[in-house]
Amino acid sequence: MANKMTFSHKAAVEDIITTANRFRWELGENLHDSVMDAIYQDAAGIARRVVTVSGEKPRFDWERTLDRLLTSRVTGFPIMLLLLAVVFWLTIAGANVPSSMLATLLVDTLHPALKGLAANMGMPWWLDGLLIDGMYLAMAWVVSVMLPPMAIFFPLFTLLEDFGYLPRVAFNLDHLFRKAGAHGKQALSMSMGYGCNAAGVIATRIIDSPRERLIAIITNNFALCNGRWPTQILIASLFIGALVPPALAGIVSAAAVVGVTLLGVALTFGISWVLSRTLLKGEPSTFSLELPPYRPPRILQTLYTSLIDRTIFVLWRAVVFALPSGAVIWLVSNIHVGEASIAQHVIQFLDPFGLIIGLNGVILLAYIIAIPANEIVIPTILMLTVMSLGMHDMGAGTGVLFELSEQSAYMAIFGAAGWTTLTGICLMLFSLIHNPCSTTLFTIYKETGSVKWTAVSALLPVVLGLVVCFLVAQVWRMVG
Amino acid sequence: MSQTSTAHACETCPIHHAGNLIRMGIKIDNCDFVIALAGNPNTGKSTVFNALTGLRQHTGNWPGKTVTRAEGGFIYNKHRYKIVDLPGTYSLLSTSNDEEIARDFLLFGRPDVTVVVADATRLERNLNLILQVLEITDRAVVCLNLMDEARRHGLQVDERRLSKELGVPVIPTVARRNQGIDELLRAIDEVATGSYRCRPRRIQGESPALRKALNLLVRKLRALHPELPNARWVALRLLEGDQRIIDALRSGELGELHGEQPAASVASVG
Repeated sequence: MANKMTFSHKAAVEDIITTANRFRWELGENLHDSVMDAIYQDAAGIARRVVTVSGEKPRFDWERTLDRLLTSRVTGFPIMLLLLAVVFWLTIAGANVPSSMLATLLVDTLHPALKGLAANMGMPWWLDGLLIDGMYLAMAWVVSVMLPPMAIFFPLFTLLEDFGYLPRVAFNLDHLFRKAGAHGKQALSMSMGYGCNAAGVIATRIIDSPRERLIAIITNNFALCNGRWPTQILIASLFIGALVPPALAGIVSAAAVVGVTLLGVALTFGISWVLSRTLLKGEPSTFSLELPPYRPPRILQTLYTSLIDRTIFVLWRAVVFALPSGAVIWLVSNIHVGEASIAQHVIQFLDPFGLIIGLNGVILLAYIIAIPANEIVIPTILMLTVMSLGMHDMGAGTGVLFELSEQSAYMAIFGAAGWTTLTGICLMLFSLIHNPCSTTLFTIYKETGSVKWTAVSALLPVVLGLVVCFLVAQVWRMVG
Repeated sequence: MSQTSTAHACETCPIHHAGNLIRMGIKIDNCDFVIALAGNPNTGKSTVFNALTGLRQHTGNWPGKTVTRAEGGFIYNKHRYKIVDLPGTYSLLSTSNDEEIARDFLLFGRPDVTVVVADATRLERNLNLILQVLEITDRAVVCLNLMDEARRHGLQVDERRLSKELGVPVIPTVARRNQGIDELLRAIDEVATGSYRCRPRRIQGESPALRKALNLLVRKLRALHPELPNARWVALRLLEGDQRIIDALRSGELGELHGEQPAASVASVG
């Protein structure tokens, strides 16, 4: 079309544009406002003519009362924390049983069956190890650890969303985000991050301003995701709960997890504040957020859509990324260079540095291997610890991810490896503050289209985490 | 003989057509008509979209949920429809990302029918967008959704009067419960096939100086592109110095015949 345009046609187009430009100067600056004004007046006139209000207002306006409760300065925050706690508690408590059932099925039953099948087929040991002990087990772990909590968390979250609660959260947090130089809608993407950071990053699309969207993307990692809850809960109950009498252990370790969560929220505000004054300077843009009416959620439809749209979607990506990391775990613990396996060499190399920051070489290597999926951190740590201690009777074999059902069994391993309360605390902190998983990084790259901002999103938290762990370790050792 | 007459009688009965809805999900090839679904945030566009296509696009009770364009299809009255769910916007005149997606699709995607989903409980504010949409396109249907909530709040909307004021069909619905969807389908079909001729209201009350400028520009635009359905709106955007519109005018993108599907520009939107 464009190349068929004749010369006179082009001249006519330019004539129109010059005419428009000339009129623009004549009409002055408030043209846009006057047009909007005309539209508003017209709309108001029509509405007046077609809408009639009849009947009395209901005596008790429960929507307004509810709004007053949920968004008040006094009760808004406590209710928000309470709802958060209830959702997490339901997720943690409800996921336990199906998780261990899935683990029994996939790890305890199907894994030996596959091994037997491979042996019957005469599969070479290395192929069988790589495929079944490495890739299959990593996938089995991700599915059994991730699927149940996600299948509970996402529908609960979606129900709150359908009911209309999320915009109220955004409303409550708006002034905090604004003070941090960020967008109030970041509260919504942050909430999504508690399920999965990759989903949280996608949710930042609701933020128009690119500057504020980048802030929301970079800080989304500080919302603890599903894959990190198991680490937090296990380590808190092993190391923090153990510090107090057994009767209090449950409450204290739960409080420790909530504490880490709130630290994550504080970091979200803090880092947003720093970013909006350094790398991403600018004023927070204004936006109007409508508080929608409360609507009774449709339970069945919500279950269906949140399972299909969120749970299966997120799970699939995690599985895709877990497969290669399972292979890597198996390879580094089975390929020997000289006397020891690659894993043992790396652990020995990382150990001095790890100890300075309150962790150890095993944890650092586990975090490198588990970049694809946070949910395999704990099994990787266990496997590497057992292997480096030479406790071959404890595990299922070199490079095999396994699960321990008894807390005392965990403690035996960690105790032998020289873990202390400090190791536990630093692991919890590092689990909160480290690079996003590769799924999230890939999503960040797809959303921003920028290598630079993907690198910032990866490096900023990991450097921050190392610094925080280092400081905590120094203070701990000075005091202790 | 009797069979033929029964069939004939059935075909004129609206209920027959309602039963005629075949939801096509994401099968949208070879469509006869393209429908755009526009509206303010959180008025239930995605719910209407799901009701029409049988898809289960995630719906959520918060403004700004639909951030990308969703597409689906259905067959009604033997016509194949493709329906595009646009992000919710309050206006088409500012420059935020989702407003641009919505506006560009209405302008360059040239839907055959634009369905504006409006919240019956907040009609005045929704009308701001409806009026802007009617500036861009002359084939529209207003879906007056959330009628149950309006009734609960003691609001009555005179939809016939509203339809007369706007010059397009106005269909009250409760999309969550599938109420009014049949009537909506019939209205869409009538507008798409041209059996209902829309006479959309155009914004009034501009200053005399502005009207003079608009009239001159519209005359020039019409001389250039006689088929342009929204010359007045384009003139207004030119007066405001909208670079996207200026570029589109220069490239000829704006001048393509109305009704033709400019495939390339559809693909480039969103």
